[in-house]
Amino acid sequence: MHIVDGALSNPVLIGGGLLAASGVAYSLKKLEPEDLPRVGVLSAVFFVASLIHVPLGFSSVHLILNGLLGIILGWAAFPALAVALLLQAVFFGFGGLTVLGVNAVNIAVPALLVYFLCRWGLSAEKHLLAKRVADGLFLVFFLITIWAGFALYQLYQVEGGSWSVTVNSVSLILFSGVMAYGYFLYRRGILSVAGFWGFLGGSLSIFLTAVMVAISLALSGEEFGKAAEFVIVAHFPVMAVEGLLTAATIQLITKVKPELLHAVR
Amino acid sequence: MTQVLGEVSRSWTLDKHQQTQEAFLQSLDPRVRLLVCVLFSCVVSALHDMMALTLALGIGLGLSLFARLPIWTTVRKVVVVDSFILVLVLTLPFTMPGEVIFSFWGWEASREGLFRAAEVGLKANAILFSLMALIGIMEPSVLGHALYRLKIPIKLVHLFLFTVRYIDVFYKEYKTMRMAMKARGFVPRTDLHTLRSIGYLVGMMLVRSLERSDRIMEAMKCRGFDGRFYILDTMKSGPRDRIFAVVSAVTLLGLLAVGYL
Repeated sequence: MHIVDGALSNPVLIGGGLLAASGVAYSLKKLEPEDLPRVGVLSAVFFVASLIHVPLGFSSVHLILNGLLGIILGWAAFPALAVALLLQAVFFGFGGLTVLGVNAVNIAVPALLVYFLCRWGLSAEKHLLAKRVADGLFLVFFLITIWAGFALYQLYQVEGGSWSVTVNSVSLILFSGVMAYGYFLYRRGILSVAGFWGFLGGSLSIFLTAVMVAISLALSGEEFGKAAEFVIVAHFPVMAVEGLLTAATIQLITKVKPELLHAVR
Repeated sequence: MTQVLGEVSRSWTLDKHQQTQEAFLQSLDPRVRLLVCVLFSCVVSALHDMMALTLALGIGLGLSLFARLPIWTTVRKVVVVDSFILVLVLTLPFTMPGEVIFSFWGWEASREGLFRAAEVGLKANAILFSLMALIGIMEPSVLGHALYRLKIPIKLVHLFLFTVRYIDVFYKEYKTMRMAMKARGFVPRTDLHTLRSIGYLVGMMLVRSLERSDRIMEAMKCRGFDGRFYILDTMKSGPRDRIFAVVSAVTLLGLLAVGYL
């Protein structure tokens, strides 16, 4: 997820830095001083959550949870993520100073998009409409991932590397399986409508982040094309994990403390 | 102050007796260290010359030695970060077109790709070492104050300070809850049960954090919070800081000269 120092070209670094700075500036302007403790404490929780490792087959992935972060913090996700990334860069060495802007944009913009997309569905008065929209969104998202998977598959077919084809199709099959499973759970009523919106938000944000990382790599030079594709492929399993996890979290929150969804104005 | 963010030095305001024993870098003005580190990162990422980048890595390593970083934690950090770069570095020689130098299972590695990979590796490590030596040893709250003194918006600085303050609190809470789960026989696996349990764990942490933030707000109001915070320490730069700044400026110019002349 993190891009390291030294890989990206200077125009991409500067562009990312400017975008991140303006995003942070705008959301700071919107942020009330009374909300500061709340946002700070929540961003500490998300920092801790990013240290949690979930086993995945023989290895494990660490959580990013930018979908959940966007849903709960809204615009405040931008400065919260910038702070978390700065801390990670300085004290863990993940990412670096020059890529801070690009990394912040890559993670925060999907979080914001998910906020605009899912906030309505999560707290919709009209349940039926929320269900319909969720169905539609699921279909669109499902088709996009299938298409992305096939596009990558064909690319690899031309190159003829057998290893990458296997990895790609396995992760794609896994992900579409999980998507279908999530839909099944939701249809059976085990997953509430809000939970399903959380599922969509959680996996969509990772997908968008992977795409943005791939774009920033691809913009930096032709030679990163393969790495960019690899990033998207490698994130299919992460999308499944984050989607299901976010669904569980949202389901809990809507039952236990629904005001969390409106914690920050 | 914080366990999660790793062991850090004591505050930058040391008394005379300690100052002679502490490493030189730790006693410098945090603002100067921060600025030098940012400038160093920018210069290194603008360089493309192998010679200059090797020099930069040398400078980074030298700074780390100078800062007397704890050896094993540093090595562990570097290994973790370099394993991130590995994918990129391993694929680059094969994906960049150019003069073929060797082939591996039908994949052809190009000289240009190899150089590019080396460049990325050198840059990342040079910046990492300088970052660990100059800022990594700072206490997080000192870093926040230094950011404020460098005219970073006050709200962002306060967000930073709040986050730093509560990371440890919630890490402990996370550990407690994990312990409770373990006591009930929870073993993480790749299945829905694990994801749901950890999802609930995150949810409970969020719920508790909201309640805690309400208590924090009440305590702040009780003490007359009016939307402003006051950062009390004033940072002064002495002659040593000025010397360090001049030496770093000369070094950076030298790096640029090696890289571009």
